[in-house]
Amino acid sequence: MAKIVVDVMLKPEILDPQGVAVSAALPRLGFTFAKSVRQGKRFEIEVDGEPTSAQLAEVAKAAETLLANPVIETFTVRVEK
Amino acid sequence: MKVGVVTFPGTLDDRDAARAVTHAGTTAISLWHNDADLKGVDAVILPGGFSYGDYLRCGAISRFAPVMEKIIDAANSGMPLLGICNGFQVLCEAHLLPGALTRNHELHFLCRDQKLEITNNQTAWTSSYSVGQKIVIPLKNGEGSFQCDDATLAALEGEGRIIARYVGENPNGSRNQIAGITNARGNVVGLMPHPEHAIDTLTGPTADGLGFFTSVLKALVK
Amino acid sequence: MALDTVAIAQTNPDAVQPFAELGLKPDEYARIREILGRRPTSSELAMYSVMWSEHCSYKSSKVHLKQFGDKAVKTDALLVGIGENAGVVDVGQGYAVTFKIESHNHPSFIEPYQGAATGVGGIVRDILTMGARPIAVMDPLRFGPADAADTRRVLPGIIAGVGGYGNCLGLPNIGGEVVFDESYIGNPLVNALCVGVMKHSDIKLAKAAGAGNLVVLYGAKTGGDGIGGVSVLASETFDATGPAKRPAVQVGDPFVEKVLIECSLEIFAEDLVVGIQDLGGAGLSCATSELASGGSGGMKVELDRVPLRDATLSPEEILMSESQERMCAIVEPKHIERFLEICKKWDVNVTVIGEVTDGERLEITWHGDLIVDVPPRTVAHDGPVYNRPLAKPEYVDRVNAEKVIVPRPSTADEIKSTVLKLAATPNLADKSWVTSQYDRYVQGNTIQSQPDDSGMVRIDEKTHLGVAIATDANANWSYLNPYEGAKLALAEAARNIATAGAKPLAVTNCLNFGSPEDPGVMWQFAESVRGLADGCLEMGLPVTGGNVSFYNQTGAVAILPTPVIGVLGVIDDVRTRTPMSFDRAGLELYLLGETADDVAGSEWAYMHGQRGGRAPVADLRREMRLIELLVEGRTSRIFTAAHDLSQGGLSASLTEMVLRHNVGADVTIANVEIVLISESPGRVIVAIDPAKLEQLLVLAKKQDIAITKLGTTGGDNLVINGAIIPLNELRSAHTETFPKLFG
Repeated sequence: MAKIVVDVMLKPEILDPQGVAVSAALPRLGFTFAKSVRQGKRFEIEVDGEPTSAQLAEVAKAAETLLANPVIETFTVRVEK
Repeated sequence: MKVGVVTFPGTLDDRDAARAVTHAGTTAISLWHNDADLKGVDAVILPGGFSYGDYLRCGAISRFAPVMEKIIDAANSGMPLLGICNGFQVLCEAHLLPGALTRNHELHFLCRDQKLEITNNQTAWTSSYSVGQKIVIPLKNGEGSFQCDDATLAALEGEGRIIARYVGENPNGSRNQIAGITNARGNVVGLMPHPEHAIDTLTGPTADGLGFFTSVLKALVK
Repeated sequence: MALDTVAIAQTNPDAVQPFAELGLKPDEYARIREILGRRPTSSELAMYSVMWSEHCSYKSSKVHLKQFGDKAVKTDALLVGIGENAGVVDVGQGYAVTFKIESHNHPSFIEPYQGAATGVGGIVRDILTMGARPIAVMDPLRFGPADAADTRRVLPGIIAGVGGYGNCLGLPNIGGEVVFDESYIGNPLVNALCVGVMKHSDIKLAKAAGAGNLVVLYGAKTGGDGIGGVSVLASETFDATGPAKRPAVQVGDPFVEKVLIECSLEIFAEDLVVGIQDLGGAGLSCATSELASGGSGGMKVELDRVPLRDATLSPEEILMSESQERMCAIVEPKHIERFLEICKKWDVNVTVIGEVTDGERLEITWHGDLIVDVPPRTVAHDGPVYNRPLAKPEYVDRVNAEKVIVPRPSTADEIKSTVLKLAATPNLADKSWVTSQYDRYVQGNTIQSQPDDSGMVRIDEKTHLGVAIATDANANWSYLNPYEGAKLALAEAARNIATAGAKPLAVTNCLNFGSPEDPGVMWQFAESVRGLADGCLEMGLPVTGGNVSFYNQTGAVAILPTPVIGVLGVIDDVRTRTPMSFDRAGLELYLLGETADDVAGSEWAYMHGQRGGRAPVADLRREMRLIELLVEGRTSRIFTAAHDLSQGGLSASLTEMVLRHNVGADVTIANVEIVLISESPGRVIVAIDPAKLEQLLVLAKKQDIAITKLGTTGGDNLVINGAIIPLNELRSAHTETFPKLFG
């Protein structure tokens, strides 16, 4: 069943201390691939049937009002099979 | 003279805020998040705590509470409104104040007796202090880092809307050591540290916090 | 898996059941069959397995813990004694205070944050269930060596979990301990204490009385958390290869618990419940069987009515689930509507799942089929009682005979270097890195918290009545002499209450030991309990309840015997309490009590790899006289400050006093090579205004307590026999340790 996924990330200019902590921890565990790491949130929204573009528009509104704080965060909305 | 203190599910410092109001010489009225009724109060405090468990983001859900509609209207008409800690977070989420509070830069919850400098005593909540006055009140939170974009910062600084700054080491990474701000009108104030926990030296580090509560008394009497 | 019902169990008595995997021994399984007159259903087997586990049934400790009741001093102050969720004491002015300490050791090793968080959650619910508003928490914690990799794995998570849960509940953390020792490396100890207050009339008990009354489950929905946690995690040791058993660890949500607290207190205030029990270890199995046992004995539960987070859970799993933040109340039908209304106001899930019956059986059905039909007492109270073999281990006499060889400071350089080393060692270093992660201010009634000798909370804002609590253990002494070690820990906790001028009133305990299947460990346990029971009788302090944590052992290596003793005291006016330290020059410092060469088991000895020698012998009469002196001195306003001596001896206590308000001291110590580092019990440093000396001497004489002048306060240094230790240097040594270790 398809779901609508909203990914929320802090705006690039906002300090992300959790991302910093993660990128510091990776090399301690032997993982050296990361130049930087930022941490975000993922919302998975189940709807009945296939998501319509009207629904996606509504989800975007919900994202702007509730799921994300536009002052410090950006978001993307997409459908995932 | 009545000051409303709001309780959301998960609010913790409501009784302490009410105690501070009473200590300052006026009456505290309890306001329930789900009742769109301000009960005729003259000012409102949004206290500290973990409303809705800080789910989603601190204050993100509380800002939509029925009581908030009435509070926003009243604040836009000039009613004094103070947001302490989680209350400050609610005010920012509700866009009554600019910016946002994010995770402390060192990631730990931090409880400490924090030195502040009062930088604006023209607001409804800070008139009992003098500009430049240093006070010590408890700071206790995990998400107290004040962030905003450059334009907002310039406006806050330019218009003198920062009401308090952290003195010494920045405890949480707040831009420009900002501990509290006000709106243009000076009736809505957000403050991260907890003045209600510094009303006497028996239970707090100082009695420096009482000034926030006596200030609003003066504002209401005027 | 097909549903296993009572009917089916009666028809196939020889079905093979996995009792061993569930932690039951063959004789225990046989006994269950005997009780029921048939084989148990799988649900019944699940219930018995969790309820008869060590953690829930206390099967190895019961015979010893009996002493707390047998040797109990008769006192009117004890309103609710051992046997209920927590003990309750009368503190005057119509107030009753309930307090208890519990362990959550094994889960915290596996998942530090959640293990610690749910440990706090559990003890808070125990207090709530007595009808009290929880008002404070404390956390005695023990870890492996401070610089060990696994300590760095568990410590930050545990601290974050204690803080994360307690802060979100709005409970001030008013004290605790952080102790490091090799023996805890595979078995960190997370003990959590909670204290609550109520009026006498508010006391609630866990009994289901009154046929027709409703059994109501409210709080969080039930999921697969911690299934088998108690039986598997807490009742078996880890193997050396690591935590092999890894069932779902309980995950807590403090917001749900905060709401549960407020909702419950409103329900209590309107007197809507007849009995109440929280769902902790063994979840529903425990709540239903204990409530039923506490009442007339009969209860009917429809298990399918339990609201689930996970619809795939089997009845057995539902019965064993340890999902957090759930309570079970017994409500008269006439009150249920109001009960439901209050839950709705707070948005708390609530479901009627059964009713109290006239019979003597606990009957549980699943969609109409009877899956449990047991006498509840056999589940909750009549579990197996073991009289495990005990044998004094060979190490005791050998280690007691060892000579303790440590450097003895006598020159100025040696004195300075000793003081700085003790100030910086992890066990004695400043713990702000830890305690600043805890809210100490919420509720606005905290009078004392870390680093004071005891936590103190005001309980009446008009009269300023307050309570003080301290927790203490000395595992080094318990290792050398478990009988004396327990007495000495009791004395220390009581003394910590008294330095502030509060009067000790009651005792709780958390007994952390290795495997009870090891006769040497069992001997340590038996001796500790005997010591504590004897000590409580002598000091006139009732044991109100407590907790036993066995199986703290990795392979054959047990932890040091660690009985943690909590003492609660009362103070009529918190404004008159004696603070821990002085904030001005010109005061005189005196040492109350006698110092012998008690270096065995000391921090100084530990730092030099010396673990042997003889523990001190407790002199509880003298301790009681010292306590009276301290309490009387407070009421007569003789003391400007008073601070207990314990680990680190005089060196540590002086360090803590001068750094507290940044006021130095100039002291002269006779026999400094002993007195600086000895940890003789029964000693306190007091600071007085010189004008009070006469009164102090009179008091000391009256109580027959030795008194020695140390020196005076003032300046920017701690000066000992001419050795100058600048406060700045001392502060650096004391405060840099934890940030360096843990970032």
